[in-house]
Amino acid sequence: MKHRTSPAFWLLLAFTLTVCAFLVVPVVMSMLAGVTQNYFIGWRGGLTFDWVLKVWTDYRHTILRSIQIALACLACTLVLGVPAAYVLARRTNALTRSIEELLVMPVAIPGLATALALIVTFGAFGELRRSWVFILIGHVLFTLPFMVRSVLAVLASIDLRTLEEGASSLGASFAQRFFGIVLPNCRSGIVAGSLMVVTLSLGEFNMTLLLHTPLTPTLPVGLADSYASLRIEVGSAYTLVFFVIIIPLLIALQMASRPLSKKSIQ
Amino acid sequence: MNRDRYTLIALLMPAAIVFVAFFLLPLANLFVIGGTGALGWAAYGAVLTEPRYLSSLVSTVALAGATTIATLIVSGISGVFLTRNRFRGREVLTALLTLPLAFPGVVIGFMVIMLAGRQGLIPDVTDALFGERLVFAYSMAGLFIGYLYFSIPRTILTLMAAAEKLDPRIEEAARSLGAGPLRVVRDVIVPALQPALLAAGAICFATAMGAFGTAFTLATKINVLPMVIYTEFTLQANVAMAAALSFVLGAITWAVLAIARTAAGNTVAAAG
Repeated sequence: MKHRTSPAFWLLLAFTLTVCAFLVVPVVMSMLAGVTQNYFIGWRGGLTFDWVLKVWTDYRHTILRSIQIALACLACTLVLGVPAAYVLARRTNALTRSIEELLVMPVAIPGLATALALIVTFGAFGELRRSWVFILIGHVLFTLPFMVRSVLAVLASIDLRTLEEGASSLGASFAQRFFGIVLPNCRSGIVAGSLMVVTLSLGEFNMTLLLHTPLTPTLPVGLADSYASLRIEVGSAYTLVFFVIIIPLLIALQMASRPLSKKSIQ
Repeated sequence: MNRDRYTLIALLMPAAIVFVAFFLLPLANLFVIGGTGALGWAAYGAVLTEPRYLSSLVSTVALAGATTIATLIVSGISGVFLTRNRFRGREVLTALLTLPLAFPGVVIGFMVIMLAGRQGLIPDVTDALFGERLVFAYSMAGLFIGYLYFSIPRTILTLMAAAEKLDPRIEEAARSLGAGPLRVVRDVIVPALQPALLAAGAICFATAMGAFGTAFTLATKINVLPMVIYTEFTLQANVAMAAALSFVLGAITWAVLAIARTAAGNTVAAAG
C-alpha cells in the first residue's frame, strides 16, 4: 500500500480515470443527446421524450424482433449447450477437446464469413431466407460456445464423478441424476451463460446485417439505419433505448460472473 | 460408468447435428463457391495478387496490429494498477471499465461519432483551444479509436485475472536488488503476464480483422477487408469473390487464435 502516496500512484490513477472517461463519456453523451430537443443547442434548449417516442413508434418492431430472437436463441443454446457441456465435462480426452475447439469456431471466424456460408447454402430456401429463423440460426452458432464454456467452467470445478456415483449407487437413474444433481450444481454457469447469450444476441450485427431481409430488421440493424439516415437526436434516442435494455444485462452479467472463475465469461 | 456411453453420445447429438448442418457444411460449401467465380480457384490467391484486395488486406492487418498494441499497453497499465492497489471507488472503476464488454460494433461506431464526429466532443474541445475543429471519426483513425473502445474492456478483464496470480514478492525482490520501476515492468511484470498478453492480443487482433459494424457506421469508404467483402457481395453481386475473400479472412483470424491458444491457453471471444 506504500504506492498510494507516491506520485506514480496518482499518475496511474489519472491514466486509468482517463481510460474510464474515454469509455463512459460518449455513453452519457449519447444518452443525453437522445432526450435533448436540439443537440446543436444542447441541454439548455430543453429536454424531451419526443425522440424516444418517435423511436418507439417507428422502430418498435426491430426491438421486439431482437428480443424474440434473443429469447429463442437462449432456449436453443440451453437445450443444445447444457447437455453438450455436461458431456464435455464427463469425458476429457482428445476427442472432446477437439469438439470443444470446433464449437468455438463460429466465434473465431468473422460473422461475415459465417453469414455468407449460410446464405450461399440455404439462401435458395426462400421461406427460411425470409424468416427471422434464418437470423436465429446465425445467433445460435455464435452464442453456443459461450453457453458451453460457461457451464463447462462450473462443471469442471466440482467433483461431478463422485456426486454422480454416490447418487447412482443409491439407485438414481440417469435422468434423476441429470436433473437432480447436474443441473442444480451448474446453475451459476447457466445463469452467466444465459445472460451472455441474450446480451450478445441482442447486439449481434456482423452476421445479422447479411442474414436479415427488409422484412426482418433487428435492433442493431435499425440502429445502423438510423445512424446513417436520421438526425442525431433520433439515433441517440434509439441508442438510449438499446442501452436501457442492454446495460442492466451487462451489470447482471458482472455480478453473476464475479464468484465464478474469471475465464468462464471470456 | 461405461454404460452411460450411449447416453452421453445422445446428449451431444443435438448440438453436433446443428453444428455440422449449419456451420461445417455451409463453410465447406463457401470454400467450393469461392472457386466458381471468373477467376476460378485463383480467387483464393487474389487477395495477394490483386492490388485492390492486397491494399485492403495490408491496411486491415496494420489497423488490427496497431489496435492490438495500443489495447495491450492501455489495458496492461490500468489492469495491473487496479489489481495492485486497493482504494475507494476501485470496484466502481473496474465495473465501468468492463461495462462496454458486449456493446455491438455499430453502437461503438456511434460512440466514436459522439467523441470525434462532426458535432462531437473532441472537435468542440480543439475548437475552444486552437480555433480549429479536429474531426477524425469518419476515417481509419476513427476506426482505430472504435476498435480500441471495443477491445479495452475484455482485455482488461483477462489481464486483471492474470495479474492477480502474480506474486508481488518477486517485484519486491527485484526492487530490493536495485531495479527501477521501468525495469521491474520490463523484466518481471511483462514476462509474467506474457501468456495472458498473448491470448488477449490474439483476440484483439482477430476481432479487429473481422469486425465491421463500426466501419459500417463510420463510413463505408474505409478500406478494410470486411467492408470490401460486404461491397463485393451486395453492390457488385460478386458472390464467388466475396466467398473466397471471407474464407481467407476467416482462415487468418482462426489461425491467429489457434497459434496464440497453443502458446497461451484459453480462447476469449469476439462479439457483435
